[in-house]
This record gives sequence, C-alpha cells and structure tokens, in this order.
Amino acid sequence: MDLFEHQAKELFAEYGIAVPRGIVAHTADEARAAAEQLTGRVVVKAQVKTGGRGKAGGVKVADDAADAYDKATRILGMDIKGHTVHKVLIEEASQIAEEYYFSFLLDRANRTFLAICSASGGMDIEEVAHTAPEKVAKVPVSPLTGVDRARAREIAVAGGLPQQALDGAAELIEKLWAVFVDEDASLVEVNPMILSADGQVKALDGKVTLDDNADFRQAEHVTYVDKAAEDPLEARAKEKHLNYVKLDGDVGIIGNGAGLVMSTLDVVAYAGEEFPGRPKPANFLDIGGGASAEVMANGLEIILSDPSVKSVFVNVFGGITACDAVANGIVSAFKLLESRGEQVTHPLVVRLDGNNAALGRQILADAALPRVELVDTMDEAAKRAAELAAVGA
Amino acid sequence: MAIWLTENSKIIVQGMTGGEGTKHTRRMLAAGVNVVGGVNARKAGVTHEGLPVFGTVKEAMEQTGADVSVVFVPPAHTKAAVREAIDAEIPLCVVITEGVPVHDTTEFWAYAVSKGNKTRIIGPNCPGIASPGASNAGIIPADITTKGRVGLVSKSGTLTYQLMYELRDIGFSTCVGIGGDPVIGTTHIDALQAFQDDPETDAIVMIGEIGGDAEERAAAYIDEHVTKPVVAYVAGFTAPEGKTMGHAGAIVSGSAGTAQAKKEALEKVGVRVGRTPSETARLMRELMS
Repeated sequence: MDLFEHQAKELFAEYGIAVPRGIVAHTADEARAAAEQLTGRVVVKAQVKTGGRGKAGGVKVADDAADAYDKATRILGMDIKGHTVHKVLIEEASQIAEEYYFSFLLDRANRTFLAICSASGGMDIEEVAHTAPEKVAKVPVSPLTGVDRARAREIAVAGGLPQQALDGAAELIEKLWAVFVDEDASLVEVNPMILSADGQVKALDGKVTLDDNADFRQAEHVTYVDKAAEDPLEARAKEKHLNYVKLDGDVGIIGNGAGLVMSTLDVVAYAGEEFPGRPKPANFLDIGGGASAEVMANGLEIILSDPSVKSVFVNVFGGITACDAVANGIVSAFKLLESRGEQVTHPLVVRLDGNNAALGRQILADAALPRVELVDTMDEAAKRAAELAAVGA
Repeated sequence: MAIWLTENSKIIVQGMTGGEGTKHTRRMLAAGVNVVGGVNARKAGVTHEGLPVFGTVKEAMEQTGADVSVVFVPPAHTKAAVREAIDAEIPLCVVITEGVPVHDTTEFWAYAVSKGNKTRIIGPNCPGIASPGASNAGIIPADITTKGRVGLVSKSGTLTYQLMYELRDIGFSTCVGIGGDPVIGTTHIDALQAFQDDPETDAIVMIGEIGGDAEERAAAYIDEHVTKPVVAYVAGFTAPEGKTMGHAGAIVSGSAGTAQAKKEALEKVGVRVGRTPSETARLMRELMS
C-alpha cells in the first residue's frame, strides 16, 4: 500500500524526522484556515499517489491565506495521471539552500535492501541515474547489520552531500531506516531532502510503500487505507476476503491460483481479439484452494453485480482442490444467489481439469443449470466466453 | 536422477502439527513420500500422523538423517523456522507459507548467505518441489504426471499443475515451484543451471509472471549457459500497472516488470514463448517428438 505525502510525513514526524509544519485541507475554505494558522507564505500541494505533481500544476506557492484559497480552488478536483485530487496539504514554505535525494528500498534482483543517495535531488532520480550515474550512490544495506549513525554518514558522503549537510543528513537517514524497518516498508523516499537556509536537513516530500504481508503485526496500518479511492466492487470483495481486482473489460473471470487467473485474463484477451468489440477480461478473481460454495457464491455475486460483465468464465485446475467440490460449489452458489433473490442471467462457461474433473463435469451436467456451458480446454473455453460477451448474450 | 530432491530424500515437516502441516503431511505419506518426522518445540516427544515430533530441526536431523525440511509454519514465525533450518545446515528447506513479510524473507536470505548458503531455500509462497516417481516435498499433487525427462521451473503453483497435466504423457524429471514473492530463495537461474547439469533432463519449461526482472536475467543466463532447449510461458500481459495480481511479487511498476518485456527478452535468446499454457505445452511436445 502506498501512502499519501501527508501520511508519510506524519509517519516521519513520529520518528523524529524534521518535516515542514503542514495541515491537510479538503476544501478551499479549509485551505484558507490552514494558511491563516500557519501564517506567512505556504505551499499548496495536491495529495495524489502518483509522481509528477509539480509538472501537472498540482503544487503552488501561495503568498497569504486568500491566495491559498485561490490556489486550492484550482488544485482541488484536478486530474493528475488519472488520480482526482480530493485533498491538499498546506505547508509552511521552506527556505531551500540545496536539494538532495534519498531513499531506502527493496532490491528484488539482489535480494537485499538498497540506500540511494544523491546531491542532485528535487528532480526525477531515474533521469539523473541515466544521464549522470556517477552522481547517484547505490549502497546495499544488509538487514543483518542495518544502518546506524556512522553508516548513515558514509552513505551521505557516498551520495556527494556537502560537509555542512552531513550531520543533519546522517541523523535523518538513521531515523528513516527506523521507519523502513519498524513499519515494514518496501520503499521510503525523500525527494527532495533539503538543506534549509538556516542549516537544517529536512524531508520536504515523502513517499512510503508498506508491505501488506506485514499487516498482521502492523495493526495501525489499516488507518492509512484510502476508502474514498477504492473501487466499490474491490471494497466489497475485500470485505468478503476475495482476491479481486477490477479491470475494464466485459468477461468476468473466476479461477484458482494467482498464476492461472493471470494467465486466464491473457488467454481471454487473446481470444477476444477475434470477435467484434474485442471482449476483454472484466476482473481478476482468485478463489484460492478452498473454492467452497460460499466462496464461489460470493465471487459470482461480485462479478454479476458488475454492470459491464456480459459473460463469465470459471477456470479451475484441481490440484489440491477437487473439481467435484468446485462443481458442487457452482451448483450451491446458484441456489444461494436465488435465495438472495438474484437470478444468474449471464452465460457461464466452465472449464474443469485435474483432480476429480470427470466427476465435477458430471455434477454440472446433471444439475443442468440454465446458461452454464462446459468446455473441455482452457483455450476453447476462453474463446467461447469471449464470443458470448461479443454477442452480448 | 532428478534435481535437489531424489528417491533418497528424507523429509521433515516444520509446523507438522498445525492444520496445513497435518493435511499435507498426510497427503505426502499417502503418495509414498519418505516423510520421517516433524518439528514443533512445544510438542517435542509426541507422535503425530504416526511420525515422531522433535523439538528442533537439528535434533530431527540427528535422529532421522533427514536432509529436506518443508515449512508450513505461519507467517509470523516463518523467519525463525527458516533461520533454525539454516543453523542446522539442512541441505534443502522448502518454504510453503504464503504471506511472509518481505523484511523477514530478506533477512533470512541474508542470514543464509552469511552462513555460506549451506541450505538451499525454495520459496516462500511456493507449492514446493516434486520429482515424479522419486519424491515430493510440499503441496504439488503427486498423481498429475509421470516420471520423464522434462524439467519445469515456475513462479506459479496452478500454472505448474496445468503444464504438468498437459505434458503428463511425456513426464517430468523435477518440477520446482519457486514462488510468487518479491524475494525468494531459489531462482529461475538456479533451476536452469541444475537442469542443464542434470543428465536425466533433456528440455526445460520455464514459467514466469509480471514483476521484477527475474525472467530477463534468466534469459541472459540461458543465452550464456543453457544448451538444452527451453520453452517458456509468461503470465500477466493484461495486468494493469500498479496493481498486485494475487502474488505479492506480481506487480508492474511504471514500465518495469511487464510480461511483454519478459517475453521479448526470452525470445531474443531463442526461447520459444507460448501465448497460452496449452500452446506452451505444444511447443514442448514438438521439441520432444
């Protein structure tokens, strides 16, 4: 999960990292009140979870409270790379002497952590790394030894930071390491990390990505979830503990196992290329190993409530999961949906292979459910599901 | 011969007395796998599923001669379990557990490296490793396929099963599920190297998915070191940027980690990449005929 800038900075502040004073505003009136409280010049910053806010006009300096009101009016509601601005951060303007770059992140390829530090901050670090790689220090950090003050200072030196910034940077970097480890982050980035006119090193921006796998020991992370931005279908699926991602197509997908479901989306998209309107997958839904009637019913309910869905493809390979259990799940799901007052009006294409596949197919054949078709192979079933979506059945 | 897991392997199960551990120990035993015991510090001395439970991995190894551990311990305790296996220097540790925090995996990986990599770690978040006709460590169904001469390495469990099923008449030397997490122990490259060196493997199926650059690096490795034919499949062409697709590691970040880039990297070094799992199986069938 990615955090908003203001959430990242609140987190930084908890760890004693110097950040500018700031207040979140959801309306222009709130922005004016925040600017009055902060006094003097402020910066109005769009809160969206994407880069390039400055270039898009989402960050503006305001001279006073009235100006903050005007700037917030313009920024609130903006679209930045598909993200609507619902709130702004009103922050005291900083006197910037120099701008640096710093981050800790997970280096997947080398299976370790990495500190990235550069005296050339404030801009796109990937661009700097590309044009002037010697200006960007990439220092591996072992989880076994971590980062203390002395190590932090070495990293700052490697990044080419000037003498007058080293003490402040080392302190900030050491504290940022604590954020990275204690919060189970896979990224903490400060760009720019600034040296202010009065010689302080501060985090002027903040980007944090948290590891969802660590939620069991990070109980407070649930408060960072941005309910407003969640797709309503994804939110409902999450409540039912379904692994669901909404996409923009018209063929509903249910399968078992993340890899097989990803593959199913691709195979449906390929098959769809042959049909008018080029049907595409409407969602990712992995029902996992269990595939009980209840899970199947919940999954079908979510997919059938998606107005863009025209057909559904249930693609199961029974490994541990037995296909007869999946077939019984589908039959019971139809009954369950009926008892909830819902009719399955869309065609359902089912492919069952593996553990007890013959038995599963027999159960579905015997049940003679309306609009359910059994197809033998994954590729043929994908084609049929795409065809049914294309004719708008 | 198969890679890493043979008919001589003796398996212990860490977390055998838990729900998943019990269920899959029972399945492994039913498939005729040589499971020799379990580990649970709080239940040392008891018998479970007819097998002795030991307090530590070290003790289990001393008492049974075990050389493989399968870990079903829940995410909160996985790191400690794997560190214990590393300390005991067990040759192979297969981590099935899904949902391990990436800080924990990165730490136990660093620990394994610091101890000289005496323990091969497979996973976490993987289905395990199966050498049909010889042994089976993890949750891969034992009856999908027969013994043969194709090696398979995959990030995904169900896609592994799908390919095993499609090529069941040809059969496999060893199938390795390396797992879908951002940080894993054994990589595609490790498996490719082992299959290249295995006299009983003639060809290799490699299954990848979006996220990271493991497939691109595997392609470079194939170009340099692998002379046996390789066919590949990559899942996730339709995955949107920035969304995690089921597996914690399956995420396209910006322009990095796309299925298209992985496919192109593999095709560039002469690996044939199937558009669907079934087409991938057909490509392998053509090679083997």
